[in-house]
Amino acid sequence: MSGYPPELKRLLKKVEETRPARVERKKRGEEFPVLSLQEREERLKFHPDYKGESRREIRVGPNKGYAISPEIVDLLEAKSRVDPDQIDLSEIEYETDVLIIGGGGAGTAAALLAQEQGTKVIIATKLRHGDANTMMAEGGIQAATKGDKDSPYYHYLDVMGGGHFKNTPELVRTLVIEAPKVIAWLESMGMMYGKTEDGTMRTLHGGGTCRQRMHYAADITGAEIMRTLRDEARSRIEDIKVLEFSAAVELILNEHGHCAGAVFYNMETEEYFNVKAKAVILATGGSGRLHIQGFMTTNHYGATGDGLILGYRAGVKLSFLHTVQYHPTGVVFPEQAEGLLITEKFRGAGANVLNVDGEQFVNEREPRDVESASVIRECTDVGKGVPTPTGKLGVWLDSPMIDMLRGEGTVQKEFPGKHILFRRYEIDISKEPMLIYPTLHYQNGGLEFNPEGETVIPGLIVAGEVTGGVHGENRLMGNSLLDVCVFGRIAGRTAAAYAKERAKEGRLSLEHVKKYHGELEEAGIVTDRVAPMLLPDYGNPEVRERQLTAHYVGTIR
Amino acid sequence: MGRKKREDSPSKGEGKPGEEVPKVPIFIMGKMYEVPASLTIQKAFEYAGYQLIRGCGCRGGICGACGTVYRFPDSQKIEVGLACQTVVQPNMYLTMIPFFPANRAIYDLEKIRPDLESLMKLYPDVMRCVQCNTCTKACPMDIEVMDYMAAAMRGDLVKVAELSFDCVMCGLCASRCPVEIAQYHIAILARRLYGKYILPKSEHTDAMVKRIEEGTYESKVEGLMKTDEDQLKKLYNEREIEPERAGEDWTPKDSQYL
Ligand SMILES: Cc1cc2nc3c(=O)[nH]c(=O)nc-3n(C[C@H](O)[C@H](O)[C@H](O)COP(=O)(O)OP(=O)(O)OC[C@H]3O[C@@H](n4cnc5c(N)ncnc54)[C@H](O)[C@@H]3O)c2cc1C
Ligand code: SF4
Ligand code: SF4
Ligand code: FES
Repeated sequence: MSGYPPELKRLLKKVEETRPARVERKKRGEEFPVLSLQEREERLKFHPDYKGESRREIRVGPNKGYAISPEIVDLLEAKSRVDPDQIDLSEIEYETDVLIIGGGGAGTAAALLAQEQGTKVIIATKLRHGDANTMMAEGGIQAATKGDKDSPYYHYLDVMGGGHFKNTPELVRTLVIEAPKVIAWLESMGMMYGKTEDGTMRTLHGGGTCRQRMHYAADITGAEIMRTLRDEARSRIEDIKVLEFSAAVELILNEHGHCAGAVFYNMETEEYFNVKAKAVILATGGSGRLHIQGFMTTNHYGATGDGLILGYRAGVKLSFLHTVQYHPTGVVFPEQAEGLLITEKFRGAGANVLNVDGEQFVNEREPRDVESASVIRECTDVGKGVPTPTGKLGVWLDSPMIDMLRGEGTVQKEFPGKHILFRRYEIDISKEPMLIYPTLHYQNGGLEFNPEGETVIPGLIVAGEVTGGVHGENRLMGNSLLDVCVFGRIAGRTAAAYAKERAKEGRLSLEHVKKYHGELEEAGIVTDRVAPMLLPDYGNPEVRERQLTAHYVGTIR
Repeated sequence: MGRKKREDSPSKGEGKPGEEVPKVPIFIMGKMYEVPASLTIQKAFEYAGYQLIRGCGCRGGICGACGTVYRFPDSQKIEVGLACQTVVQPNMYLTMIPFFPANRAIYDLEKIRPDLESLMKLYPDVMRCVQCNTCTKACPMDIEVMDYMAAAMRGDLVKVAELSFDCVMCGLCASRCPVEIAQYHIAILARRLYGKYILPKSEHTDAMVKRIEEGTYESKVEGLMKTDEDQLKKLYNEREIEPERAGEDWTPKDSQYL
């Protein structure tokens, strides 16, 4: 692998030709015109969500009739991984006050707060602690911390605008009001924010923001947050126990209908075991690995939407799952890095988005859905995509502009992660642009909850990407890391209080699973599909055909 | 789920029917498999027939689950990489090291100081480093591990924090250290101390938190919550946008909602 092949090198010339004039315009503050709300709507027709077969109605459960991505419906209309009658609920492997399912940002933040309230906590997570979307976030975390120019009022407006004004107002209020506290909290735990000499946080714009309020730690903000939270949790090992490679496959309710634990699958030894708890927090994150509409994804290996299935079977409604977020800038070339995210911060820092002629066709700071739709339109209808050697199409993201605008070396300093990555493929992104195309990125919606983190099921608390409502129909960059910290903390507090004051002992049951199976049958759904998926199937089909004695349950052997 | 071919699926390396795809031999833990030359080591494992449970987290070079060591038959050198980021090469003998035992100290950040004494108390091993540079050679992130260990021995936390910032905590450095140090645990302690005590504190954040606690924004935000969608859209469209290249001293024309 050595840099761009000759065909692309030739096309690159056009970008170089138009670059000086574009940089000059930027310096003068002249931007490519942003679309009006009405034009945005027109443009969104090119978004994958608006494609004919992009949604299908769910036939069972609390949201019967709600149309969402067929890939998710397939999993909702599937059986449990295990026959509920085979699970002996009198055998309890672990017992705790607060059980947290999912060791990402939301789950870990929740653990810290629950522990501070004096409860014993277990985090059970599918892969390792921190193998999560939180680890992968790059660009930053939003919060109105600069009172001379910004406030939660403007943050609120931006969140609503990004979400098509459909967001749940109470959730947005909590998000923006709690935001600065989260920034301070992370700072107090030693997060290495980008700061100036006097301690002023460096902040940037993100798509759809009216004030520069994106705080960051170079281009690995999520990793910095995740490893800080995880390190803190590890120092509280007395009270916070972590079970790795333990995937939740079913929630356990009790005779009062309260959530009282979960059934887990040991990913390594393939055993099932039960954890009993006074309160349960579901924080399993997103679902990019379902590859909706065949799109490549930025998400981590375990992002298979498990929490949606668990919550739904237990009776929690889904909301805002009818839209899916595609990140406008995923790598399309080189192939080895396909799907990987190029943070929006590149555009925030000034990099233009360009077609095959090296020309701008959209402002680089439109909200994600609009930006993605514009790229797809340029590559399809307009026909000005850049062809890649593997037969795909993409557009240029002109990163070298950043050095020209902000000084030599900025790209390397502000984006060390991506600089190293591309250097491995012999592309210097401070000198050459990147080739990008939209990639499946964020779940947008999920389980319905209130600002206290509560669901309709007493004792079941949710937080993070698995939830729906905070971001309406479309999340803005930097609001998700914020979401997981704000609502993770709240979930921890709520769960601890519930465990101490309200939890009611009762006979454990998986009746809800049996009932759900019954509903499937009644709806005439005959299937051998099982859910949750736990891991995607990247096996080699030819090998699988020869695995004559192997037994697969869903995607897993 | 069906067995659709995924964008991300390694089987994609097989290319379109009829197309000749070059394959290369690699040796996974000594056993030979022929895999398409364009795959990463991680996808090559999957192509060979492994279902990864260990050794696979983010698939994007940041979680440190997939540290891999390899060498070539005619070479003296042990090479390292992240399986999800490294493309296969003919005749590489490889193994993933998805986990390596290393002890981590327990501490309360509120109660320790950002100095050499704290480091030495929690990680007395620091001083055993013989500056052999093996760790640097073992780091798939090209981090100057030995240099940050030297800085740690001097108590220069700033340097440790800066040099180790890109660490993905894969553990390869620890796996190779002749004196059995867990470098990356020392590094994260130094980074957290640096972030908490050495980097100057953000005063504007504290000021904002105070204003929020005083309830300054409750009524302003509640006002918006009660606003109907059309009016909200109007406010949204009319909101003043801070210019991208504005300096820290920029202030908006309208300050009533600050
Ligand atoms: C590449 C990338 C870049 C991003 N950049 C940004 C950004 O710049 N700013 C921003 O605000 N947001 C960003 N996001 C979004 C943000 O990172 C995520 O939405 C957020 O971190 C989700 O946190 P979470 O805790 O809800 O889920 P996660 O962090 O994904 O954690 C979920 C955890 O649950 C575990 N789990 C899943 N299923 C089960 C199960 N059945 N049993 C047990 N455990 C389970 C998972 O393994 C994982 O550990 C980005 C996301 C990605 C993928
Ligand atoms: S390998 Fe161990 S002894 Fe050698 S330089 Fe690194 S930390 Fe020091
Ligand atoms: S410093 Fe050690 S743990 Fe960190 S990335 Fe390098 S080898 Fe891995
Ligand atoms: S899988 Fe995360 S670094 Fe390779």
